[in-house]
Amino acid sequence: MNYTFQFGVVWRDLGALMDGALVTFQLGLLAFWGGALIGLAGAALKTFGPRPVRALVDTYVVFLTNTPALIQIYFLYFGLAEFRIRWSGEFCLLLGLTLNAGAYLTMIMRAGFLSVRRAEMEAGEVLGMTRLQQISYIIAPHIARTIYPALANFFIVILVMGTSIGAVIGVDELTGTAITLATVNYRWLEYFTVVAGLYIVLTLIASVGLALFGRWAFRVKARVF
Amino acid sequence: MPHLEVRDVVARYGSHEVLSGVSLDVDRGEVVALVGPSGSGKSTVLRVLVGLLQPVSGSVRVGGQAVDYRSAGQVRAIRNRMAIVFQQYNLFQNMDVMRNVTLAPIRIKRRDRREVETLAVALLERVGLGQKLHAFPDELSGGQQQRVAIARALALRPEILLLDEVTSALDPELVNEVLDVIRDLAREGMTMILVSHEMAFVREVADRVVMMDKGQVIESGPPAEILDAPRTERAREFFGKILRH
Amino acid sequence: MERILEQLPRFLSQRNLVLLAEAAGMTLAMTAAGCLIGFLLAFVIVYLRQTPGRWALPVRLACIAYVEIFRRIPFLVIIYLVLFTIPLVLRDASLFVIAVVSICIYATAYISEIIRGGIESVPRQQVEAAATMNLGRPQTTLWVVLPQAMPVIVPPAVAFGVSFIKDTALVSQIGMFELTFRGKELNNQGYSAVLVFGTIAFVYFLMSWPLNLWGQYLEKRLAAPRSQRRRRTLRQP
Ligand SMILES: Nc1ncnc2c1ncn2[C@@H]1O[C@H](COP(=O)(O)OP(=O)(O)OP(=O)(O)O)[C@@H](O)[C@H]1O
Ligand SMILES: [Mg+2]
Repeated sequence: MNYTFQFGVVWRDLGALMDGALVTFQLGLLAFWGGALIGLAGAALKTFGPRPVRALVDTYVVFLTNTPALIQIYFLYFGLAEFRIRWSGEFCLLLGLTLNAGAYLTMIMRAGFLSVRRAEMEAGEVLGMTRLQQISYIIAPHIARTIYPALANFFIVILVMGTSIGAVIGVDELTGTAITLATVNYRWLEYFTVVAGLYIVLTLIASVGLALFGRWAFRVKARVF
Repeated sequence: MPHLEVRDVVARYGSHEVLSGVSLDVDRGEVVALVGPSGSGKSTVLRVLVGLLQPVSGSVRVGGQAVDYRSAGQVRAIRNRMAIVFQQYNLFQNMDVMRNVTLAPIRIKRRDRREVETLAVALLERVGLGQKLHAFPDELSGGQQQRVAIARALALRPEILLLDEVTSALDPELVNEVLDVIRDLAREGMTMILVSHEMAFVREVADRVVMMDKGQVIESGPPAEILDAPRTERAREFFGKILRH
Repeated sequence: MERILEQLPRFLSQRNLVLLAEAAGMTLAMTAAGCLIGFLLAFVIVYLRQTPGRWALPVRLACIAYVEIFRRIPFLVIIYLVLFTIPLVLRDASLFVIAVVSICIYATAYISEIIRGGIESVPRQQVEAAATMNLGRPQTTLWVVLPQAMPVIVPPAVAFGVSFIKDTALVSQIGMFELTFRGKELNNQGYSAVLVFGTIAFVYFLMSWPLNLWGQYLEKRLAAPRSQRRRRTLRQP
């Protein structure tokens, strides 16, 4: 145990690391929203679609949630190249994460759909609401409230576990930037300690933001800790 | 000298004062009924006695010895002498009836396994559950669970038995099977504090009735006196309501 | 496409299949080892985190800090931190040890939240009843709380472990010869990426999916009331 930490170089590179953190945040946000759209469509099709479509959604969900996101991204990055489709690492990462998130979010949103109780719809009918009014004043808010904690949790998962996969295919998000820099001067421990700190700050900001938003928008008490 | 002597006990939940100076005596072999409106602090008195809630001030003496509830050792000692039966039975859900009854005597009090098991079977037979030795709590009715809880408390061989509204979670037709058990215990000279809303039963078994209101004892005396001729307006009102039911 | 078909017989040689089977075994072994140790350590973390008393405040804070920190760091970053920290403590640590330690660190943090939730789901009155019978904290935990919390803890903990089989793919990054690493090797040997990663994905699927179904079955079974379950599935004191 006689390693001497030298954080000097790392502080010099802090700007680059911050840029990486920004990329991580953007990737996380984009993949999450893309995945949310897919999830919404998937859950709707699974609930209201005809049988073959439902089977298709099931297949999509089962396959993407039972194989590693890393392999899915390799498939896009290395596999599609064989068909002369060459996308950048960023794009493959984003596409892979989005499709992957879409599968998980389909499950989460489907659970939300299932939680709408008949009674609630009937309550709407008693009040003399139209179908559209029922959906927008009763059903949609109910679903949002129910799944919000799971969504908030999943966003953190993408932000942390998801985007860092980019490092493996050379995307300069936070982890990737650290690897690139550390390869040059071998201060691995210092870089990764700082990077760990940045991830903690990033996710804490996200957690607090999501908790506050949830409280304001849906009166959900999402836990920060 | 009373066996159990409670003097001016004050207790709080957070900043909410639930007991504001409660005093109470119980002689050996005496059955004291604790009555009063909901929220008056009856359960809290029992919780203080068994060390689930630390009193802010006041004193508790058992057999003449003062109990310091801040001392873990003394709390353990007092719990060796008292047993409590809760309104919601609180049987250990993961153990069968026998294990519920024998666990503490064997594993904590380190009494002889054989002797404890024989006693447990005898107690369970006595409360009418000789057939249910290996049933799990969720396979029993409320009345049966409550009788197991009483057997569990008795297996500890307590000097004082505390019973907290042991019939109020039960369906009316199950109440009597539990009351029968308590009646027997009273006859045998078990020292008991009994929180109850069953006034007819209180009148029958209690040697003394203590009436509480808003965290204070407002009357205390023989059942006939307290139930039939309450001195305070508050008690008259309370019994008026309850007896009319 | 023709390339894939042309390579297929060669790719499915016995040597490659054995290689992949062994690699899959390695993936399972390190996940299982890391998650099982993590499961046990998580109990310790939760137990310490719930220690009452003022003097235990630093212990409680340390446990909270551990859980919060390692749940917020990507697994890949943990791997690198372990890779470069372990040599300071332990000389000649194998990659397997490094992989297991990394998995364990993350699993401990994550599973301790699951365990805490399970323990908090046991009614407080059970603990109070135990206290009035003079059961100490270790005894109450071991005999009363954990047996009741287990049905709540086990399904999500299993789900976490199964899900983590996939995330361990990242360990290939430091040269640990598990499934994904072997895939990259084969790809570098000139086999088509579609073929290789398609196969690798399929092998992961074969491990993950049945275990997931088993987890769901377990969840249903444990959700049934005790009297409908076979007795004594959980150890009794
Ligand atoms: N765990 C607790 N936290 C905070 N306040 C409590 C708690 N338990 C009881 N109280 C409060 O203490 C007061 C007395 O409660 P207690 O349970 O002793 O009443 P009680 O006389 O037993 O009533 P009941 O007949 O309804 O059982 C009540 O106002 C109650 O709200
Ligand atoms: Mg009460």
